[in-house]
Amino acid sequence: MFHIYCPYCAEYREEEEFHPKGQAHIARPADPTATSDDTWGEYLFFRDNPRGVHHELWVHAVGCRKFFNITRDTRSYAILETYRMGDQPSVTAESMILAERDAECGVTSTATMQGVPS
Amino acid sequence: MPRFAYFDPHPAQAVTTQSPLHHFVASASGEGSAVALREHAFLDHLILRGEPAVMIDVVQSVLGLTLPTEPQTLVLGDAGSLQWLSPDEWLLIVAAGDGFRLQRALCEALGKSHFSIVDVSGGQTVLELHGECAVAVLMKSTVYDVDPGRFPVGKGVTSVFAKATAVIRRVGEERWELIVRRSFADYCLRWLLDAGEEYGIDYQPAKARVASARKSASNMEAVS
Repeated sequence: MFHIYCPYCAEYREEEEFHPKGQAHIARPADPTATSDDTWGEYLFFRDNPRGVHHELWVHAVGCRKFFNITRDTRSYAILETYRMGDQPSVTAESMILAERDAECGVTSTATMQGVPS
Repeated sequence: MPRFAYFDPHPAQAVTTQSPLHHFVASASGEGSAVALREHAFLDHLILRGEPAVMIDVVQSVLGLTLPTEPQTLVLGDAGSLQWLSPDEWLLIVAAGDGFRLQRALCEALGKSHFSIVDVSGGQTVLELHGECAVAVLMKSTVYDVDPGRFPVGKGVTSVFAKATAVIRRVGEERWELIVRRSFADYCLRWLLDAGEEYGIDYQPAKARVASARKSASNMEAVS
């Protein structure tokens, strides 16, 4: 079982209280009537399935019932970061590559969960 | 044009009110019981929603309670109890009959602000666990860490309870309250009686209440 940090409850809760709700940061086309079928289909049905860092929408269903975002590594299931709706992730695929490069170069990396009091 | 339609849930005629646990009979082990279970039936439950900045002053002036803005906190006062449920949602529990008056007072004080107040009295009920083994019964029932060291008096959380959900809150040193949905109340009580059996759980049902007739004749009205 995971302990997931809810950014609204400000504490770690059991995985059982949460539900995944798919990919995060999907912007609805501003003007649906002027949107091409391809763009609209892309928005409705097509989702990323990356190997590695993935940003997801989750809901604290048995708790504060707020939606929030989780950055997760799909290879290891490690939760890298949780952040509120409207915020931008600080851990991304690019930042992870840079951190790995730094680690190879001998720079001590302290990749821990962001936004969580230790 | 009226902004709200008010509905007084306590009707003018006297009717018998049933708790969702009306069909349970008292059960006690006889000898020393380490945990007691009681239902606080027929309290008025209100859900307040709105931005904390909008609510805080009005709640203070109307209810005399400080709005809990920290997550997982609970405020107990003479007027009743007010609990944080989410960043813009609170649960107010007051004595039976006070809910309608307070709902109107809050609505009038909040005026044209963006808010919502909903009476959910019929949808849930309060169970109280009291005794030295109350925490042991809870530990068997919920995934949340209810260790008294981590769960001080005045903390309340919404979490998983058995295979249902409940609001779990600590209102005293050995006094815990569970707020369960009406439709899950039967299941939760059966679970608690089973879980508490080894501690000799003592359960006394709440009395069925006959509502006294209201002085005001109209039970539904709208104000502008």
